[in-house]
Amino acid sequence: MIAQLAAQLSFLPAPLVAVLMILLKILIIVLPLMGCVAYTTLLERKVIGYMQVRIGPNRVTLLGLDFLRGWGQPIADALKLMTKEIVIPDGANRFLFLAAPVVALAPALAAWAVVPFGGELTLTNINAGLLYILALTSLGVYGIIIAGWASNSKYAFLGAMRSAAQIVSYEIAMGFALVGVLTAAGSLNLGAIVEAQRGSVLHWYWLPLFPLCLIYFISGVAETNRAPFDVSEGESEIVAGFHVEYSGMAFALFFLAEYANMILISALTAVLFFGGWLSPLPAFLSDLPVIGTLLGDGIHWFVFKTAFFLFCFLWFRATFPRYRYDQIMRLGWKVFLPITIVWIVLVGAAVVWQLPPWFTRP
Amino acid sequence: MPEIRNMTLNFGPQHPAAHGVLRLVLEMDGEVIERADPHIGLLHRGTEKLAESKPFNQSIGYMDRLDYVSMMCNEHAYVMAIERLLGVTPPLRAQYIRVMFDEITRVLNHLMWLGAHGLDIGAMTVFLYCFREREDLMDCYEAVSGTRMHATYYRPGGVYRDLPDRMPQYQASKLRSDKMVRELNANRQGSMLDFIEDFADRFPACVDEYETLLTDNRIWKQRTVDIGIVTPERAQALGFTGPMLRGSGVAWDLRKKQPYEVYHLLDFDIPIGVNGDCYDRYLVRIEEMRQSARIIKQCVQWLRVNPGPVMLADHKLTAPSRADMKGDMESLIHHFKHFTEGYCVPAGEAYAAVEHPKGEFGIYLVSDGANKPYRLKARAPGFPHLAAMNELVQGHMLADVVAIIGTMDIVFGEIDR
Repeated sequence: MIAQLAAQLSFLPAPLVAVLMILLKILIIVLPLMGCVAYTTLLERKVIGYMQVRIGPNRVTLLGLDFLRGWGQPIADALKLMTKEIVIPDGANRFLFLAAPVVALAPALAAWAVVPFGGELTLTNINAGLLYILALTSLGVYGIIIAGWASNSKYAFLGAMRSAAQIVSYEIAMGFALVGVLTAAGSLNLGAIVEAQRGSVLHWYWLPLFPLCLIYFISGVAETNRAPFDVSEGESEIVAGFHVEYSGMAFALFFLAEYANMILISALTAVLFFGGWLSPLPAFLSDLPVIGTLLGDGIHWFVFKTAFFLFCFLWFRATFPRYRYDQIMRLGWKVFLPITIVWIVLVGAAVVWQLPPWFTRP
Repeated sequence: MPEIRNMTLNFGPQHPAAHGVLRLVLEMDGEVIERADPHIGLLHRGTEKLAESKPFNQSIGYMDRLDYVSMMCNEHAYVMAIERLLGVTPPLRAQYIRVMFDEITRVLNHLMWLGAHGLDIGAMTVFLYCFREREDLMDCYEAVSGTRMHATYYRPGGVYRDLPDRMPQYQASKLRSDKMVRELNANRQGSMLDFIEDFADRFPACVDEYETLLTDNRIWKQRTVDIGIVTPERAQALGFTGPMLRGSGVAWDLRKKQPYEVYHLLDFDIPIGVNGDCYDRYLVRIEEMRQSARIIKQCVQWLRVNPGPVMLADHKLTAPSRADMKGDMESLIHHFKHFTEGYCVPAGEAYAAVEHPKGEFGIYLVSDGANKPYRLKARAPGFPHLAAMNELVQGHMLADVVAIIGTMDIVFGEIDR
């Protein structure tokens, strides 16, 4: 469809058309993503609400429709945040203070460029996709550190320090978990990684790389600063941590970044360990008429899987107490890191000896 | 190179984990606490001084507002002190009602504590589970006294009135359909005693539910085991009482050691801890909730079969019935005197202490023979606990300060008075 549109615009100079098309693709990804982020906040409040024997937001409707009660909440929240004043505290570094939310949000969105939604559906199909993801997810922490530093508040500063230490430790475990994936798949290209998992549910990497899968997801939770690893905002300890001084839209950007990161980690877990857009059902079902497209591979499986992991994020938040800062470190360095290293060695051996059924090369 | 200084962090009074208006000045070496300096007085309302200017009965309501999560227990110590000075004993039924409501209050307090402690450590679901059960107990308060928190239900000479024969019912509304209302009212069809018994029967299962979320949770254990250890000797030296003392392994409970009202007639156990850390205190309080449910059931059984007066008939001390007042001159005079001048208490002094959910709550009363106290002193259990803050948190991390505040079960109403 995009190709057709590009053909229609052929009267324009070719480089301009290319830029326009890329911008269009970015919009096609970012707008639904922002919608997802907005509605993830609602989902979170609803899901946790029901887990906690309460109802959650149920007042703001959309278009006055009764069955959509609560659905207007994210929009109302967004309006409220946009109209609120951004208070810049005395002694804060004005430039850094305002730059920090942007630094936090930008990588969270930019990382989506290489996520394969299905088959060829991706903004850029680069070969170093995994490295790109790794680089951008680590960049997000700069926003937090800058925010904590620029706020000129001790609580924010503590939050930033905690966050920095935490990300450094978990980045390593996460990186090693990804090394396992790339060893198994023999590629850094996310699309190729998904293709390497083709076969059945048992061929997906969650089974041969089970410890890495767990560690990746848990590190992902830690990296997004979500409960039980939310020490950098630890509401009951350092009030709101790094964003304690933020209000209005500046605060909202941190919020968006956090949720965009959550969705990103869920999507990456789906892609790296759960076969991305691959269908868990036997292949012959996709040949059926009409429902075949639904049962076969497709973007909807990617969405389902992502939604499931997103749900896990919320589930964790409702269930677990918060770790202490040093305990998180201990978990990262003394538990996750050794496990990942051992498993990488095992996976390496399995790949060398082409252990069936996962590591046989065609 | 500049000199490295410790960071001073002002924790509170508007901190989410400050449990009211605690202001802690923390001197920290990175995340490690070197010194904690609790500041008090932000909720000082002069209760003790105010009580000196009012007839005895008019201060009962102030007692509710001391520790505002265990209201009736505070009243209990106060009315017991007055009764000691007067040398009267309330009717047995009133004593059972008081014990039953003391235990209901204990459950109320411990539920609030568990929820807040969980929330401090980051487990937010427990909080709402606890409040679900608290709601039923609040309804008991409401049914018996008309208010959900500050009951003013205990009076010198008994309790304000007997237990109601029926529980208030939920009404259908825009938000609650008939079906939901029927479900909500299912256990409210009988008398209040039926409702309380039903609660005592299902409550242990609710406690199990909280425990599944916390007791064996690795994170919960990592956050509470070996945090804020108090040795039995130190706990006694610091003046700890209640679960803070029992968590350290000292079997001291006024309900057993100096039984008041009818506690000596009831069968219950006192849980004690071993290590004196936050986790042991958590376990002690959880078990206390189960024991309270046991006591409540025993009281309900006794109250069911033993009707009788709940207030002394001496109208020099207690208010006459409204009906008598309409036709009887003397009752009218009694009523007028009771609510204006009150009653005079013989000169002397008395100390009455109850095993409050937080520890030993005592009221020391000095009377000069007038209709109001010459001096009133409340011994709040939270005060010595808070005073030990510095000792407990030294060497721990910032996140542990929050756990320790939680384990102390601090309520500023009683500390600042």
